[in-house]
Amino acid sequence: MSEKTKMAKPDTSAAPQATPKMKGDKVKVFYGNKQALMDVDLDIKPNEVTALIGPSGCGKSTFLRCLNRMNDVIDICRVEGKITLDDEDIYDSSLDPVQLRARVGMVFQKPNPFPKSIYDNVAYGPRIHGTAQSKADIDEIVESSLTKAGLFGEVKDRLLEPGTGLSGGQQQRLCIARAIAVNPEVILMDEPCSALDPIATAKIEELIDELRENYTIVIVTHSMQQAARVSQRTAFFHLGELVEVGDTEQIFTNPSDTRTQGYITGRFG
Amino acid sequence: MTDAIMNSKPGAEIRRPTLSADRLKKRYAAERRFRLYGLGSIIAAGLMLVFLVGSITGTGYSAFLQTYIKLNISFDPEYLDPAGTGDVEQLRTADYGGMIKKNLRDNFAEVTSRSDKRKLYNFVSPNAGFDLRNMVIENPSLVGQSLDLWIKASDDIDMLRKGYVDRTEEESNRRVTDTELGWYDRLDSNDRIETRFNTDFFSKADSREPEEAGILGAVTGSLLTMAITLLLSFPIGVMAAIYLEEFAPKNAWTDLIEVNINNLAAVPSIVFGLLGLALFLNFFGFPRSAPLVGGMVLALMTLPTIIIASRSALKAVPPSIREAALGLGASRLQVVTHHVLPLAMPGILTGTIIGMAQALGETAPLLMIGMIAFIVDVPGSFTDPATVLPVQIYLWADSPERAFVERTSAAIMVLLAFLIFMNILAVMLRKKFERRW
Repeated sequence: MSEKTKMAKPDTSAAPQATPKMKGDKVKVFYGNKQALMDVDLDIKPNEVTALIGPSGCGKSTFLRCLNRMNDVIDICRVEGKITLDDEDIYDSSLDPVQLRARVGMVFQKPNPFPKSIYDNVAYGPRIHGTAQSKADIDEIVESSLTKAGLFGEVKDRLLEPGTGLSGGQQQRLCIARAIAVNPEVILMDEPCSALDPIATAKIEELIDELRENYTIVIVTHSMQQAARVSQRTAFFHLGELVEVGDTEQIFTNPSDTRTQGYITGRFG
Repeated sequence: MTDAIMNSKPGAEIRRPTLSADRLKKRYAAERRFRLYGLGSIIAAGLMLVFLVGSITGTGYSAFLQTYIKLNISFDPEYLDPAGTGDVEQLRTADYGGMIKKNLRDNFAEVTSRSDKRKLYNFVSPNAGFDLRNMVIENPSLVGQSLDLWIKASDDIDMLRKGYVDRTEEESNRRVTDTELGWYDRLDSNDRIETRFNTDFFSKADSREPEEAGILGAVTGSLLTMAITLLLSFPIGVMAAIYLEEFAPKNAWTDLIEVNINNLAAVPSIVFGLLGLALFLNFFGFPRSAPLVGGMVLALMTLPTIIIASRSALKAVPPSIREAALGLGASRLQVVTHHVLPLAMPGILTGTIIGMAQALGETAPLLMIGMIAFIVDVPGSFTDPATVLPVQIYLWADSPERAFVERTSAAIMVLLAFLIFMNILAVMLRKKFERRW
């Protein structure tokens, strides 16, 4: 299958020919005895949005969680193969997963703000990483992160109110602000809009497009329209295999694999 | 594909729910019946509680009152200071009992026979002399004076005053004889008998004389014991729960530990007492009857409760909060201390207070380590001999004097007050730490 994957990888993106920000090499994941991912080779290019699509249970979220070692906390989960971030093996024993997660941030499916104030939610990351020394520094990070997440205007008068009191879409943007406050290089998003209404979804999608300028983004989504709207590259997973990866336009207009075609035209999945 | 689909072909009979009035009536009747059963249970439980509290307060409230007799006491130098030295040591060791007896004889000049005199002496508390001694030591100028003083009555007169002696009963079946009744009535008609608030009940420790027995020793003992229990079981229990829930790998060993903790929670408490006896007293040689050891034994007993409650409180924290913190690059310890523990705190505190309330009412394990002793001093430190509230209740319930009956109930009231206080504390802590999301 990897043969096919390589063939279907036309590097025609507008961005200059950059080395991959992250690179998966023969990634296998096992939950106990069950293999969830089979030999996935996938490059994540810098300052691009890579969308992972596929039917439920196909392993796209599993792959996403491998990229910042969130699978480490699952006892029965075992990862084989090699994943690199800037050519550095992230599963190397010399690399601390806590440091890695400061470089590869994550936004989850369900908005999960801490039951603290909006301010404390955003300030939490900079505080634990010691990136800001003074109160003024933290104030600045909070404001700029909320601004980048397009939320500052809506919440600037109630920064000390609980983040859990916001609407679903605002909560999710708060979670994005919280993630970018740490200034990661890569942001992973696991179906960030699946719990939101269309208007909130549109806002987040707009935001993702803006964030692409400064961050590398990997997004798992169930909505093919969303993948088509926000991503530059799309990877299609099926039954734990990476079936096809390529430019979003090419995947949606001219898929090379019949399974991809079947999925995007809605014949299964 | 399936039968259901096969049968639903056009023309097949479609069954719709029958909405007959009869069925509907039955359904509503069943619901009404169920509600009535529930209401009945609540009322039954409430009545039992009212009966329990009512019978305890009904018997116990009189223990908060004490009868006093006004007697003319002359501080006779012959008894107190025959040599006239004014030496405090002499005043301390003087025969106050004899002095009171002499004064009683003077107050009742007509009493001459030995048996009548003994009955007369029985009017006042045998320990009343100590109160007079304290008065004299405080103010030595009393020697030689003559004063009308309120002297604490004995338990028999106290019971008579409180109406627990049936005058119609045959004399031989009464604790108070007809002669004594006569003296009592004379004193009463001269306004020489009075009932006051029983401060001694709250300021003294146990005594063989009911009118001298107080609850302070047991309350202090309970507080000291609970302090040790809390200091040991709370940190150990919460730490164990955090480790098992957040850090420990899930393998056969942790499963075994979990099963054992759950089993320990069901072990009869007296077994913990035996363990304490073997380990703390016989092996380590800690003092017997001491709050230190009592607290350690009760901590052993409370630990499983706290661990189980803390683990379920930790488990109830949504995993999304852990993921959010981990995703930001927090270490596992930071995830626990910054997010999980504060959110689990209300549950942990509730579990701890339930465990402590259980320990407060526990007697059996303390019997094994000698905390059932009769202790007349209020314990001053963790290693002093002490007793605790439930043991005090048990000891008083076992005493034959009528006056201990009301004291038993009063002690139960004090114990219940403690439990209610702890429960209110639990509710308040819950409210304080609770966060909504």
